[in-house]
Amino acid sequence: MIAKQNTLPRKPVKISIGMVLIWIVLILALLFYLMPVYIMVVNGFKEATNVSLSTMWNLPDSVQGGGFAEAAARLWPNMKNSLLMVIPATIISSFLGALNGYLLSKWKFPGADILFLFLLFGFFIPYQAVLLPLVRFLQTIHLYGTIPGLILCHVIYGLPITTLMFRNYFAGVPNELIEAASVDGASMLGTFWKVMLPLSVPAFIVVGIFQFTNIWNDFLFGVTVVPNPAAQPVTIALNNLSGSFSVDWNVVMAGAVIAALPTALVYIFLGRYFVRGLLAGSVKG
Amino acid sequence: MSTSELVKPLTEASQVSKTKPKRPLLSVHWQSFLLMLPTYIAIAIFVYGFISFTIWISLSNWRTLVRDMSLREPLLANYADLFAMPRWQADLRNTVVFTVFFMAMSFVLGLGLAILLDRKLFAGTVMRNIFLFPYALSFVVSGVAWRWIFNPEAGINVLFNILGINAALTALGVAPLQPGWATDPTVVLSLNHALAVIFPAVGKLQMQFGIPLAIVPVAIAAGWQLSGFVMAMYIGGMATISEEVREAARIDGATEWQVYRRVIIPMLAPVTISLTVLLLHTSLKIFDLVYTMTGTGPGFATDVPAIFVFEMMFKATRYNLASAAAIFMLIAVGCVIIPYLIGSFKESD
Repeated sequence: MIAKQNTLPRKPVKISIGMVLIWIVLILALLFYLMPVYIMVVNGFKEATNVSLSTMWNLPDSVQGGGFAEAAARLWPNMKNSLLMVIPATIISSFLGALNGYLLSKWKFPGADILFLFLLFGFFIPYQAVLLPLVRFLQTIHLYGTIPGLILCHVIYGLPITTLMFRNYFAGVPNELIEAASVDGASMLGTFWKVMLPLSVPAFIVVGIFQFTNIWNDFLFGVTVVPNPAAQPVTIALNNLSGSFSVDWNVVMAGAVIAALPTALVYIFLGRYFVRGLLAGSVKG
Repeated sequence: MSTSELVKPLTEASQVSKTKPKRPLLSVHWQSFLLMLPTYIAIAIFVYGFISFTIWISLSNWRTLVRDMSLREPLLANYADLFAMPRWQADLRNTVVFTVFFMAMSFVLGLGLAILLDRKLFAGTVMRNIFLFPYALSFVVSGVAWRWIFNPEAGINVLFNILGINAALTALGVAPLQPGWATDPTVVLSLNHALAVIFPAVGKLQMQFGIPLAIVPVAIAAGWQLSGFVMAMYIGGMATISEEVREAARIDGATEWQVYRRVIIPMLAPVTISLTVLLLHTSLKIFDLVYTMTGTGPGFATDVPAIFVFEMMFKATRYNLASAAAIFMLIAVGCVIIPYLIGSFKESD
């Protein structure tokens, strides 16, 4: 319809038909990409009394708490678990990745490339192939079922990707800086502390966001390493909430919004760094 | 390597560095290696040690809660059991079908959106951010949302009614659209009869080699989540192609469409290869999304290897069988990832 109105015998018209088509496709795509978000938010805000499957596309009658109060009450302990897990795990794995990346880019020893390949493969493996021994190991060192146990998993299995990202970042730092520092008598670690770390703030933001998102969104380690529901991260709690028949589904939708909020906020406010991390790491586990 | 051997070059290095600007190579290499050693040890144990242990279990008699690490005779008996299971056969079929639908959708949407956004547009950046947004969410969150969207009594089916599609169909004398989505156990385009002609053994299988309809909604949800990533990678790739290249093609008389088909898309081949490897490996490992959205599905129509391993390992305690399935997953992922890692490494040298 719109395209027809524009078919006037003038030159720029051809472009505008193309533009109209582009916009039609883009608007349809926007509707598709926003649809699940719309469903979650709209139904999360509905009260238990007027939430029904046949009206799930309607807006809520009034914007009050909806399912959010109950969802927050149920999920808050698990949100806390997730935070207690994700913050130390992100910091430790980023820091170790920075040290490794510095060594592998600036102080390459013979055979380092081959070892790095073996290291990197660790990021891609299906973790199912290590879960059973991992659980036994964590039981032996008494970290099974605990947040520190989860932190250990995320740090170790995060090392390959943080190392890769920092290695690529430091490869772009001129070698002259290292040479200048070593002329001044700085040691290998001294150069890392005094020269490289101050330079790597942008890389820490990118890697930190990448790790924060990956660890927060993890499900497999959480569900296998921590059997006690009270100690589980929020992704597992949300899945339990969703499978429970005693909970209204407006609460489930509100719970999904709550569980998504931390990574969503990081994405909304630091999206630029998120995209850079994607291009640098270009992998989702 | 004895400790004295390792320590000596270190002390030498610190003395030499005061007199000479360049240190002896050996000492620097040892220092660097020693600092990386904790990482290597951790990976050696947690990745390669644990994998070896899992391989051993996959060959063992350990099939109950009581640990039994003795090797089972014949050696690959657990693998033979695994591949004889109709459920596992269904899992392999589902993985193939899921991979095809999911990758087709991710590439069509991702590349399509990247091309559409590859021009000056009102709110172009905002749209790009919206398309990538699902990628920042947890698979569990999207699984929960899509589960309700594809609920046969809600979501899409209600939308068909609201938009008047079903009223129109009824008026035309056609049955209204009310698909069962992930609850539909139907397997279409079954190849069993055709295959049985060539391999008579196929005729005895309980599993239908075809397209299980229930896996399609799961592939749509996965495509929704990862196509933005494909788009972002292609946009990143397009940014490295200079405007002169496009200009040259236009001067040669190429239309806008031809510029993309003949010039830009072929130049993006390295991005396409990376994406193929990454998406394929994601699809071989897919777990959380399916587990929260549909679970194993009717007649294992949406079951996948990762769910099989999880249930056999932590619910059925069939440890040897679960380990065999996990090792099969590892081999499949390795076949995709290892050539890619080696290839990209050779390039960077």
